[in-house]
Amino acid sequence: MTASTTETEAQRIAADQALVAKFLKDTTLFLAPDPEIMNEHDLAPRTAEEEDALARFSDPHTISRIRDRVQAGANEGFEMVEQMGAAPGAKWGDLITGIYTASGDLALCSAGGVLIFSALVHHPIKFIIKNWINDPTVGVRDGDGFIHNDSRYGNIHNTDQSMIVPVFWEGKLVCWVASTVHEGENGAIEPGGMPSMAESSFDEGLKMSPFRVVENFEIKKDILTFLQNSVREPKLQYEDMKVKLFACLRIKQRIEEILVSDGPMALTASLRGTLENVRKEVKRRLTEWPDMSVRTYMIQDSTLRENCLIKINLKVTKTGDRLIFDFRGSSPEFTNRANNTVLAGTKGMISQLFLCFIWPDLPRNQACFAPMEVITDPCSTVAASYAAPNSQSLMSIFTVFSASQHALGKFLYSCPEKYTKVIAPWFNMINTFIWGGLSQHGETLGNLCADLNGMGGGARSESDGQHGLSPIFATMSDIGEQELNEEEVPFLQLVSKKLTRDTQAPGKYRGGMGYQMMVATKDSDQWGFMTTTVGAKVPPIQGLFGGYACGTYPLSKVRNVDVYNVMRDNPEQFRHSIEEIMNNQPFPGAKYTTHHMGMGFELSKRGELYMISQGSGAGYGDLLERDPALVISDIEEDLISKPVARRLYKVAFDEDTLAIDVEGTKALRQAEREDRKKRGKPFKEFVKTWSKPLPPANLPFYGCWGDDVSVLYAGGPHDRRDANKPKPIFMRHPKDVKIEQLEAKLLALTGKTY
Amino acid sequence: MKVLMTEYLRIDLDKETWECRVCDHEIGPATTNYKEGMLVYDRNPRDVHPPVIDPERYEYTFSPDPEWIRILEYYCPSCGTQVEAEYAIPGHPPLYDMEIDLPALKAQWSKREEVKEPVVGPEVELDRGHHHGHKH
Repeated sequence: MTASTTETEAQRIAADQALVAKFLKDTTLFLAPDPEIMNEHDLAPRTAEEEDALARFSDPHTISRIRDRVQAGANEGFEMVEQMGAAPGAKWGDLITGIYTASGDLALCSAGGVLIFSALVHHPIKFIIKNWINDPTVGVRDGDGFIHNDSRYGNIHNTDQSMIVPVFWEGKLVCWVASTVHEGENGAIEPGGMPSMAESSFDEGLKMSPFRVVENFEIKKDILTFLQNSVREPKLQYEDMKVKLFACLRIKQRIEEILVSDGPMALTASLRGTLENVRKEVKRRLTEWPDMSVRTYMIQDSTLRENCLIKINLKVTKTGDRLIFDFRGSSPEFTNRANNTVLAGTKGMISQLFLCFIWPDLPRNQACFAPMEVITDPCSTVAASYAAPNSQSLMSIFTVFSASQHALGKFLYSCPEKYTKVIAPWFNMINTFIWGGLSQHGETLGNLCADLNGMGGGARSESDGQHGLSPIFATMSDIGEQELNEEEVPFLQLVSKKLTRDTQAPGKYRGGMGYQMMVATKDSDQWGFMTTTVGAKVPPIQGLFGGYACGTYPLSKVRNVDVYNVMRDNPEQFRHSIEEIMNNQPFPGAKYTTHHMGMGFELSKRGELYMISQGSGAGYGDLLERDPALVISDIEEDLISKPVARRLYKVAFDEDTLAIDVEGTKALRQAEREDRKKRGKPFKEFVKTWSKPLPPANLPFYGCWGDDVSVLYAGGPHDRRDANKPKPIFMRHPKDVKIEQLEAKLLALTGKTY
Repeated sequence: MKVLMTEYLRIDLDKETWECRVCDHEIGPATTNYKEGMLVYDRNPRDVHPPVIDPERYEYTFSPDPEWIRILEYYCPSCGTQVEAEYAIPGHPPLYDMEIDLPALKAQWSKREEVKEPVVGPEVELDRGHHHGHKH
């Protein structure tokens, strides 16, 4: 065979392969989420245009000046959405705006808002680039706008909707701008956009892969009407699509001003240069951390339908400039429960951790997390499959966040170079009321209270955590004005923002505490609530360096009462804390009950009380080192009761004056240290009786046991699985389980089956 | 040289040991789990997180369920300082939470000055947006 024959043969094979590839592309039956896009969080390769631009514009001042203008544009867009948005989430900062490179990488996002989006909205843009730009039936043109909300194409959960707008200059695509908002309502089986009752993705409401809804800068009315017709809040759907579009157009205008003054190459150099510089700086910072592996785990104590022990297992290994998050051993995904997250959500939440809590000084972009590595099992609850519902992905991504925050505190302590203080895990659950129904104005509504933003801050290495400060997913946000909310919804928060006594996470520095909320419907016969958090049985966080986690936070209800009548007729009966109402039971004839925090949507009657509390961030350090004056200060502020303060913190003080007995305190604390030495057992002796080879048979446990991540348990030791061979987990309907239990009791009592 | 690893633990790079920062007690080899040199106590979480509402009448009380979760408290055997509090599922083996690459740590600190007081990190400055006293 001659060389030229070989070449011809090779050309023929290449041509055949190209033809097959084209055939497969042209005849793809469904453009499902693309693993090539969805599994990648690193920067796109440098393009030829970026190469040219960086060669021409290397002056850091030029790059920095343009970056500042782009940042200002993103912040302006953010302000617009926050000021004009109709969704409660928009009003209180649960949104983001950003500028993306022509390849789809997030180059800069608004300083405020939900930074988890920083690692997620690039996926749908890359989907549009890969699939729509060259598709003759779609295409991407100046004046277009694309909508998207399905997390399987890149998002947290499908209550968040994005508007994505391409920016062209002289006929060429130069970048993208986008705005994403937690809109709430999305037409799911429960109002408010985050259904915990969803048993498949088809229960979760609108699942929008990226598609065009804007042409020539106008929203297309036919598509808009379809979307409005699919959700409970049609006016909200329209208003916020307009708001996001106009915010995008404002950012686009700011970009065009840069294009006029500096030209497209300078803009490209600034966007790409910023990304590459941040990536390089992240790797440099990682080299400053100690090389080691840190292990931790967090527990989700429910699927939101039933209590169970769902393990989020994490081993973080740092070697040189690499940082690897290994989540193998975490619970398998639940086939018919909504608490799973896609892998991108897991990554986004860790990215959020870096941008908000570790390196907040870095430009807000995708490069901050780009060099990190993430490992998971297939079909894990932290990296769920396409089929698994994920509308309550927050349960998994928040525990992922806390596991990561807990582990990274142990890396950061020894670093001489710090950009933030070492902090114990923040409270991580959205303890708030989701609501829906018919308002006092006859409007159909479905959304939530901004109290989800009132999570308690973790204690720091030299100070207490702050109360009800901010959510883990948006450090700059607000808990809103309840009075304004009450103008639009038919319920009152009868007690609001009152810190819940004796629920702090103790330590040398205690966590910032959470506040309680009591709501009761008024002025509507068709109104209800739901709550969607874990942590009523097992704390969802861990403490740091000897500090404790928070306690647990239940849902309390009082039914068969109309508290509005009570307040009118016998106002002295009303009490202003969950503790007093549940313990004193002041309303005759009422029914008092407690529940876990996964309450599916429930219609309420006028004047019945639903009561919950936000949670406390974790404590830091040994509580015996807590300054006694801080303990007394907490008593004075009614954050802790005297008996609990004495018993936990071992402080001696005068019952009436609260004067500290310094010597008495010293003696109490020394006695406690001695007592610890007596009651504590040497490690090797302790583990002989403590450690068990299998998870407890009486607890519904999901995940690996100990260090062996090759085996996962699904419900207990009886269901043992190979971690690499996923199988479904179908949970039974909790009511069926209860009926079966009651039938067994009936059988025992009567000897009959029913 | 000694490296401050946590609020209560440091590593002596020369002796290759974990030490208690409160009482200087030598806990054990830095190549092993420091917990092996600690005293451990299985704490009922109800002691630390007391019920806020009556556990006789209600299932959920603001207090963790001691059948579902325990707190493993690790104490320095010399001074009784609580070095770690690990919330653990009953029977779950204690975690080897800080597995140090000692040669890498030595190499890293061979280029650094010893740090004897922990580096706290920067304060977050409150920017009020408008400062009195300056010239407009």
